Amino acid sequence: MSSTQTRYILICSGKGGVGKTTLTANLGIALARQGERTAVIDADFGLRNLDLLLGLENRIIYNAQDVLAETCRLEQALVRHKQEPNLALLPAGSSRMLEWFTPDDMVKIVGLLGDRFNYVLIDCPAGIESGFRNAMAAAREAIVVTTPEVSAVRDADRVIGLLQSEGIKPVQLVLNRVRPKMIASQEMLGIDDVTDILALPLLGLVLEDEQVIVSTNRGEPLTLNGSGSPAAKAYNNVARRLRGEDVPLIDPAREGSGLRAKLGRLMQTKIF
Amino acid sequence: MSLRDVINKLLGRQPSSATTARERLQLVLAHDRSDLNPELLEQMRMEILEVVSRYVEIDLDEGDVTLETEDRVTALVANLPIKGLRLKKPETARVSTAS
Repeated sequence: MSSTQTRYILICSGKGGVGKTTLTANLGIALARQGERTAVIDADFGLRNLDLLLGLENRIIYNAQDVLAETCRLEQALVRHKQEPNLALLPAGSSRMLEWFTPDDMVKIVGLLGDRFNYVLIDCPAGIESGFRNAMAAAREAIVVTTPEVSAVRDADRVIGLLQSEGIKPVQLVLNRVRPKMIASQEMLGIDDVTDILALPLLGLVLEDEQVIVSTNRGEPLTLNGSGSPAAKAYNNVARRLRGEDVPLIDPAREGSGLRAKLGRLMQTKIF
Repeated sequence: MSLRDVINKLLGRQPSSATTARERLQLVLAHDRSDLNPELLEQMRMEILEVVSRYVEIDLDEGDVTLETEDRVTALVANLPIKGLRLKKPETARVSTAS
């Protein structure tokens, strides 16, 4: 397989804590389950967590740093997921890597993965400084994760501006931690509000879901065990849409069918 | 404006927080995207008003120069109510600025 067919996708957000790593872990598993050979790479050398969310923290022997220094081969550093062998993690090195790591190093590492995988997901650190620029260097397309909160949307906007000036496209949006009830009572930015402001196509809509916390506690992404929870469905749908399937987005306003939800919809009617 | 906002207005209540969030975001993003800080914008506003007032008489209190943003394109929008035309010819005004 030639590496030109491989999709190199940056998962970024600007703001921390909006769900980049959770999306990377769940999307990685979902793509692997759908038959894609998928690599996830933790580009957050300072505060790495992808290994923990995937439940692979005890199986790391080598990392990206060792591959670059040629103290091990790429295959030795890759950690295959036991239950989902289509998925492999390339762990981040130590935080000392921040001192010398350059965008060229990232291109080199990610290029090596291209020979073996269809999908390479790059979990970006928060912020827009050197860590972000390193992570961005090897990406051909990007997913911006945000939540319907003013700070997250503002930071996402900054990141989108940087991605566009680097010529990375498509850039698609995943709106995370959506609370339909709060949107209905207009105490949370609506889906259209966010997509209008950021002017990006919506790749996925993830409802607030307590199961996400349970799954991170266990180190078992929701997409791993066929969970039917709202977030698991959303992550699976993101994977299917990435692969070109036409999967309709859920309508959070339709999530409730009771009188309260109907009243909420009526109150949202735009008058002028 | 949504039905809820109308009801809130009639009852003298605050607009819903989502409406406030949307308005605040649109304003802050217009500034972020243009990389203009409020002082620079204010300076530009004063200079634009000065130039325009050489040609026409404008209401300086009503005059407004703001940044608006839609579809990631930021526009400078000037809303300047004209009270009347200056009797002075524009040519003379232009000569005086060149000095």
